[in-house]
Formats: sequence, C-alpha cells, structure tokens
Amino acid sequence: MTTTISTPAPAPAPAQGTRPVYKVTALRVLRSEWAKLWSLRSTWITLGLSVLFLVGFGVIAAVQFKSRLDSGERMGGDFAQSTAVSLSLFGTMAAQLALGVLGVLVTAGEYSTGMIRSTLAAVPRRLPVLWAKAVVFGVIALVVATASVFVTFLIASGILSGTHAGMTLSDPGVVRSLFGAGLYLGLVGVIGVALGALLRSVAGGIATLVGALMLVPGLISLLPTSWQDNISPYLPSNAGQSMYALTHDATSLSPTAGLFVFLGWTVLVLAGAAYRLARTDA
Amino acid sequence: MIEVRQLTKRYGEKTAVDGLDFTVEPGTVTGFLGPNGAGKSTTMRMIIGLDAPTSGTVTVNGRRYAQHSAPLQEVGALLEAKSIHPGRSAYDHLRAQAYTHGIPRRRVDEVIELTGLTSVAKKRAGKFSLGMGQRLGIAAALLGDPATVMLDEPVNGLDPEGVLWIRNLLTSLAADGRTVFVSSHLMSEMALVAEHLIVVGRGRLLADTTVQNLVREAGGDLVKVATADPGRLRDVLAGPGVEITGHPGSEQLQVAGLSARAIGIKAAEHGIALFELTEKTVSLEEAFMDLTRDAVEYHGTTEALGRAA
Repeated sequence: MTTTISTPAPAPAPAQGTRPVYKVTALRVLRSEWAKLWSLRSTWITLGLSVLFLVGFGVIAAVQFKSRLDSGERMGGDFAQSTAVSLSLFGTMAAQLALGVLGVLVTAGEYSTGMIRSTLAAVPRRLPVLWAKAVVFGVIALVVATASVFVTFLIASGILSGTHAGMTLSDPGVVRSLFGAGLYLGLVGVIGVALGALLRSVAGGIATLVGALMLVPGLISLLPTSWQDNISPYLPSNAGQSMYALTHDATSLSPTAGLFVFLGWTVLVLAGAAYRLARTDA
Repeated sequence: MIEVRQLTKRYGEKTAVDGLDFTVEPGTVTGFLGPNGAGKSTTMRMIIGLDAPTSGTVTVNGRRYAQHSAPLQEVGALLEAKSIHPGRSAYDHLRAQAYTHGIPRRRVDEVIELTGLTSVAKKRAGKFSLGMGQRLGIAAALLGDPATVMLDEPVNGLDPEGVLWIRNLLTSLAADGRTVFVSSHLMSEMALVAEHLIVVGRGRLLADTTVQNLVREAGGDLVKVATADPGRLRDVLAGPGVEITGHPGSEQLQVAGLSARAIGIKAAEHGIALFELTEKTVSLEEAFMDLTRDAVEYHGTTEALGRAA
C-alpha cells in the first residue's frame, strides 16, 4: 500500500506529485523479456540440450570419423568427404529443433498459459513485446550456438588433426562457416518466436517449424526436376545450409545469398506475427 | 476514472456488449453486476485494450489505456482468467511486470507483503491454491500503485478470510481516492462493499445507480400498517411523495415514501392504534433478480421439470 498518501478519506485522487513516475520504454521491455526467459526452467533445459546436441554430436561425429579412418573401414560417399567443419556442425539439425521449439514456447507459451494477458496489460502497445522477445531470444540463441560450434570445432579439429579432414580456424572459410551456423541457429530461434506469435499455439508452432525446416525439402523432390532446381535453393532449410556450408555449387546459393534469403523468410514470418499481434484480440 | 461511451463488441453474430454507456468515478467502490454472460469480462478486457471495441470508445483517466506512458500506473487489473505462467515464481512474475515500467524492487516486495504472499513468493505459481493465485493477481494489479483498480470476480474461490480481506482492501483503496471497479454476479457480495452499481444484462446497461436507489426503485421501503381505522390513517399520512394502497374492508395498508418510524409517530400524534407496523424491504438480491430477469442467458429449468413430474 502507498505510504505517501496521508490525506484522510475523501481525497479526490492520489496526489500526482507524490506518486513515483514510471514509464514503459523499449529498453525496459527488453529487460522484462530477458528476466521472463531466464526465470523459466524450460529455458535452461532447452538451451542445455542445444549445447549438448551441438557439442556432443559434433565431437561424436569427429571421433567416429577418426576411428573409421584409422581402422581403414570403408565409409559412405558423403561421410568420406567430411571436413572438420562439416563434422563439427553435425549437431546443427538437432540443435535447430531445440532452439526453434524454445522460440515457439517464448511466445505461444504465453498464450497457452494466459501470461499474455499480463504481458499486454503492461505493454498495451503490443509490438514492443514482439520485438523484445525476438531480440532477446535471437541474441541468446545466436550466442549459445556460436560459442558451441566454436568449442566443438576446436575439439574436433584436435581429434582430426593429421587426417585429410583436419582443418584449423585459419583455413579459408572456416570462421565464416562457424559464424554462419551460429547466425542460422539464432535466426531459427527468431522464426520460432514469430511462428509462436503468429499461430498462438505451441503445437501448431512446432509443427509448422518442423514442417518448414525438415519436411518441405523432402516433399520438393516430388516436383519435376526443372522446378526443383529453381525452388529448392530458396527453401528456408537449404538457404540456411548455404549460410554455413564450406563450399557451394551450382545447385546451392552462396553464403551471402543464403543469408539474405533466410533473413527474408525470417522477416516474412515476423511481419505476419506483428500483423496478427497488433490487429487481433489477445 | 473510467469512461465508457457507446461501447459495443460483436463476435460474429453474437453481440457481447451492446452500446454500453457509463462512468466509473474515483473515491468509491463501483460494482459491476450482471448474470453470467452479460458482457462484464469483455467490457473489462476492452478497458485495458486486450479486446478492441467493434464501435464506441473507452478511456481511462481521459485517454485510451494503450496511450498512457505508464499503463500499470493508470489501471491495475485482475482478470477472471488466469494470467500467469505456472512455471514462474510469484516473485519473478511480479519482477518481470515491474521491469517494463521501471518499478523498483522495493515495490515488488511491498505488494508481496501486502497480499500475504511472502512465504510462497519463491514458489512456482502453478502450485498455488486458487486463493493464493487470486492474491498474486491482486499483487500484480497493485504493483504500479494504480489510480484505478479493476477486479473481475475477485472473491471467486476465496475462503471467508480471503473474502473479508478483499472487502477491506477495496474499501481502503476507495478511501485513498482511487477508482475501484469490481465485477461480480453476486449481488449480496456487492451490497457489502459497493456504493455505486452498474448493472448489465446481455451486454446492455440495465441500471447505473446507487445501492439505495436500486432497492427503492425495485419497490423497496414499503411499510405494512394495520389499524382499526384505515380511512383515518390514510388522511393522516397523506402528503407529497407518499403513496398508500390498501383493499377496501381490509385493516391493512401499504405505505411507500414514509419510514415506519414516521408512520408510528404520526399515528401516535393522532391517537390511532396500530396493530402492525412492518418495514418490508426488498432484498438487494430480489431487486437484482427483478432487474435482470429478462436478461439472464441461461435460465434454470426447474419449473418445467416440476410440471413434468
């Protein structure tokens, strides 16, 4: 209760002068979303899983590769062509699921629990909430993923040194690839946030995310070949892969083009989310 | 102060709120009454901008809620539906809300203490009992030290101690000079705290009045008198604003517009013996039922069942 108001009963309104001056600012909304994210156990668990997938799968892939190489076992075409970069990014597919799902939970989770009513009561202009969530979670996903892939690469390159797959950070394209993977995973997180806000359903958001990143590329192979070549490189998953692939050929985009196409997808979903958030009842 | 003007909300074919017009003044507790489905919650959601009106306007202290630079300082709202993440502790929930406005940690501790949540503040809110959850909602509503406090069915699910606590809280908030707007579908509960009443049914305004007026308009404050000489008593009591009814040949009269005390004194002055002098106050509950009879969405069907049997 206020201690500042001492006027007896029929005071017209709490005196303006004695009340503290509060104000909603973009920075404060960011601060609030940051606090919200870290105060949930699911955040820690899911981020932990992402790190585990990235580092664990990458290191296991490198160890497997080395042991097969040492034992002289024949390896399948793709695996034989591996580099220290491709091996250490082995966990990207699994990590994108974890980060994407957590992104969906950041927004859709508020709708399923009812928290959104508190959130929008505090920030009734609404859009700052979406931007803050996208920035906070995008940056966290980016930092966690980038740090993980660099750590993984350092471990993997140690394991692989001396083999034909061995590489170091100073080799051309390596640092770019690793940053590309971190950026890709950060943007997947943002897409998750946007999908959650657009669909307002945890299940719907996750299904759409998995469909777009993992199922659509498979379905595209049902199309006539000439169509495939025109469409395939621009799919979110393939454009994303171009961002962190060490090399690219005629059927895939350059890293920069891949980045822009993937950014385009992100902006598209985010715009849809902003439209729905601003226009429809919470 | 909340000003609602021609507020209308339609969901497809269904009109939830239909041209509502009322003002909620500071310094008193205003009850917002209506049967289930009358549009109370929808109106409250529109006040804080969760739902957009189909037409009409609603302003809080002169502006739309979203146009205020510190909304939580204008209106603190407890909505009927749960508005927390069950995985977050009460403390973290309030802290996150506070961050958006730059409300200091000290204030978070204050509202936790005020609502009696100190011992459970660090526990996950999903584990809270209904009453604890309600207290957390009220803590959140009071966080910004708001000029207007709006609570949707605050006593739902509370134990008697909690109900009493809410009543005292509402009264003290109004005494502070705040605007207090509380919804309920229980007239008896409102009668204990509210001075002013806004009654709605099927989205329409049925009454915007004080508790006393509502009772009077519903035919309350009737006094039943019985005397050996009703004709003379009639003449004695007659005056402006006094209405007397009675059956010829009966010793009984119904008097409206005079208190039992005044009737007794006048009768004594004229030496008329009274056999009976009873104030027949219509209960608020009856007044409310009268008012909303046509507006109830879901009538019980006991009558039909009774006839069938």
